[in-house]
Amino acid sequence: MTRGTELRNHQRELYYFRVRLTVAGSLALFLFLLLLSRFVYVQIVQHDHYMTLAEQNRISIVPILPNRGLILDRNGAVLAHNYTAFTLEMTPSKLDNLEQTINDLAALIEITPKDRKRFKKLLEESHNFESLPIRTRLNDVEIARFAANRYRFPGVEIKARLFRHYPLGQIASHMVGYIGRINDADLDRLEASGDLANYRGSDHIGKAGLEQSYEKELHGTTGFEQVETDAGGRAVRTLSRTPPTSGNNLTLHADLKLQQVAEQAFGNFRGALVAIEPKTGGVLAYLSKPGFDTNLFVDGIDPQNWDLLNNSPDKPMVNRAMHGQYPPGSTFKPFMALAGLELNKRTPSYGINDPGFYSLPGSSHRYRDWKAGGHGFVDLHKSLVISCDTYYYGLAVDLGIDNIFNFISHFGFGKKTGIDIEGERTGLLPSVEWKLKRFKQKWYVGDTVSVGIGQGYNLATPLQLAVATATIANSGTQMRPLLVRQIENSKTNVITPRPAETISILPIKPENMVLVRNALVDVTRPGGTAARASAGAPYAMAGKTGTAQVVGMKQGEKYVESRVAERHRDHALFIAYAPADDPKIAIAVLVENGGHGGSTAAPIARAVFDYYLLGKLPVRPVTDAADESEHD
Amino acid sequence: MIRRFGLFLIRYLDGFLLTVLCATMLLGLFVLYSASAQNFDRVINQFISIVVALAIMWAVANLPPQHLMRFAWPAYVAGLLLLVSVALFGEVSHGARRWLHIGVTRIQPSELMKVAVPLMLAWYFEKRERSMKLSDFAVAAVLLLVPVALIAKQPDLGTALLIAASGFYVLFLAGIGWKVITALTAVAAALAPVAWSLLHDYQQQRILTLLDPSQDPLGAGYHTIQSTIALGSGGLIGKGWLQGTQAHLDFLPERHTDFIFAVYGEEFGLFGILVLLLLYLLIVARGLYIAANAPSLFGRLVAGSITLTFGTYAFVNMGMVSGILPVVGVPLPLISFGGTSMVTLLLGFGVVMSVATHRRLVKQ
Repeated sequence: MTRGTELRNHQRELYYFRVRLTVAGSLALFLFLLLLSRFVYVQIVQHDHYMTLAEQNRISIVPILPNRGLILDRNGAVLAHNYTAFTLEMTPSKLDNLEQTINDLAALIEITPKDRKRFKKLLEESHNFESLPIRTRLNDVEIARFAANRYRFPGVEIKARLFRHYPLGQIASHMVGYIGRINDADLDRLEASGDLANYRGSDHIGKAGLEQSYEKELHGTTGFEQVETDAGGRAVRTLSRTPPTSGNNLTLHADLKLQQVAEQAFGNFRGALVAIEPKTGGVLAYLSKPGFDTNLFVDGIDPQNWDLLNNSPDKPMVNRAMHGQYPPGSTFKPFMALAGLELNKRTPSYGINDPGFYSLPGSSHRYRDWKAGGHGFVDLHKSLVISCDTYYYGLAVDLGIDNIFNFISHFGFGKKTGIDIEGERTGLLPSVEWKLKRFKQKWYVGDTVSVGIGQGYNLATPLQLAVATATIANSGTQMRPLLVRQIENSKTNVITPRPAETISILPIKPENMVLVRNALVDVTRPGGTAARASAGAPYAMAGKTGTAQVVGMKQGEKYVESRVAERHRDHALFIAYAPADDPKIAIAVLVENGGHGGSTAAPIARAVFDYYLLGKLPVRPVTDAADESEHD
Repeated sequence: MIRRFGLFLIRYLDGFLLTVLCATMLLGLFVLYSASAQNFDRVINQFISIVVALAIMWAVANLPPQHLMRFAWPAYVAGLLLLVSVALFGEVSHGARRWLHIGVTRIQPSELMKVAVPLMLAWYFEKRERSMKLSDFAVAAVLLLVPVALIAKQPDLGTALLIAASGFYVLFLAGIGWKVITALTAVAAALAPVAWSLLHDYQQQRILTLLDPSQDPLGAGYHTIQSTIALGSGGLIGKGWLQGTQAHLDFLPERHTDFIFAVYGEEFGLFGILVLLLLYLLIVARGLYIAANAPSLFGRLVAGSITLTFGTYAFVNMGMVSGILPVVGVPLPLISFGGTSMVTLLLGFGVVMSVATHRRLVKQ
């Protein structure tokens, strides 16, 4: 090995090394060019796409909730309004240990077992990523205490929120209804109607009563704020703002004071009352007793109260005025009388000799009058004044079920009245067709007999009775019952009255109408079944008492009120209007297990009339002095 | 006197390389200021790291390559021992055992190996220069694979692969046969499924996520999606310094460390990226030039390997941020926040400069 070869070797090695170095360098250059092409693609070709993504990342739309519209009575008294309060809210999906967090919070802020139960119920009903209130209506001390410890509670925050409040709670509960948290069914509905966007950020929606049926008016339009946010979702600054539009305010026909009078007049009785202005159909009072505190529902009702309301034998949650269906009893008779006259089955002078019972030809079965021994000679006028059953048994048979059904359905029985809140039931006006469908049985003449006195298959809601009564008071013109009188646009303050709607004008001969109306006036005069209730009234009342059987009586059995358990006593009914010559108010009163219409239901109507027509407040609950002297 | 001191300072430094390195690090400080939400303390912190790293670079550059060779195997053995200690007593952080506590501070021995492995392999080939055989390459491969395996086990796949790359560059430059390379590539391809099964779940996930980031947009794919959005929305000229919405509104994760390139791309756009790519290419080109002209095999191999590894770092980081490579924890060289990586990099360039500047002396 010479020095020369070594040098040559060295030169060759260096050459090989440099070749390899060039290969490696070229590879590096190639890879950098590859990167460059990627950058050109991302930054030039796809730039717009990624710019949009970055903007979407950066800008989020934050909804601003509108104020919900107010609900006011005809005099401007508040039935539903909003107030701002602070709530402590938690987002379950952001918490590792929900139970532990609540316990830690409880050390700072009072959290009652009731709050916990309510929260648990909310949790079951909602999604994990929703922010749910564990405590509402925090006071300043509580807010300060939490704020100081806030860092310890990621996923928990204090929020200022608008709360719905019903200052009267129970009194107008079934009319006003309530709002509650939006559930999945509500979401589906909103999506179907295309309103979901307007509910971004909304937690609540009307669930019952006016709050439900006027949801569109009350909710308002949600505003939006374009906010720049960071990756944690915290707002950095506001870019633009579209203010929300408050919901519209509802003014009702109802008079809150009248409602209170009616509620007080009931005393401890359960029942329902609907008062209507005959000319407009405006609902002046709408009561279902007992009511319930609607405020309980606003932020999710706690299980304890929920059970209490649902399991109470008084069934406070049932809207008796339009969901309760009762046999109309003798309040059905004025309509029967009109049918008899209009269909020429009876004349005013035609009369019967009442033996105290009615039997179908060729049958020994006795349909008994409420008065054993009968009322003697009874014509149409007297039949209403003393409420003779025998007269109407015969009339019903003479009319036949088809005529009864066709004629009386015009008064609104057996169908919805169209009142502007949801959940109304139709009652039941029986027909041949109905019986065939329901029982797969043909109609017997015997079925017709009891229909004549509002018993048998007959069922009506207090609302239907009130509408039918208002129709008589309005001389045959039937108006749609409406709770809302006008709607005030919250933005423009323009008030739009909700116009009265005529359902139909019944073609009843004026002389027939006068005949029946006169008889109804005499019902409230001495000798009539409601004489006591109207005694001393400076205006003329017209009305009809009624009793609805709760428990069927066997043939030959006698109903003795004192022997019957309170819950099995008859329901007392009274329909009326006043003043008789120019009716301003028509009413239907139902007192559950109240006994007789004349003694329990009629005085309630009187109290309502006195207040509405004279401005007079009742001295004491009117039904306490019920006595046995009068009968239906 | 002053002239002599000046000469003393710059005598063994490579002016060109030093200028480009400093320019890049200066640019990095500006980006870091933006990426750390205008946290000036962090910039100061990084600046101190740079000064320390430059000092170390200077010291290393002043040692002639022959002296550096002496450090090769002790550094390598020390590094191996440390790696073994990490495996036995290391501290777990973010699910990986990478750190070792030594008295007051803690060190990451895998960082040391980034320099120790090329030194060791270059030293080995230098010793065998006269009679290189295939068996020498086999020994070198073992020397390489032992630390790589230990680091991969921590697990720190990114660092392991980069160290493997640095070792491979030495083997490649030392002249390992093309046939061997082809064979190794074939074997690697064949073993890929086996390697896949040995990967941790999260590592597999990262690779799967690379293929389709939208698969897991809030989990493993989040980094890539957000960094690509940042780059793409930067466009040609960028949103401007301190104006990146992705960066400043917290959408970018790890934005002052591994993902700082996304901040840079968002704020300075494609033009800014071209500048950075150019700086990196200049560094690589200068390093390769030095290697090509190095007088000894050790010098050539070590300078070539360190330079190519530097380029690889840059490529892997930018590839990962722009979504063409899986997310492995590799910082952007000279820019990302972090003292350790700065020191390791400049230590490496110190070696390169030593190779460059002691050439004439050897010839003499």
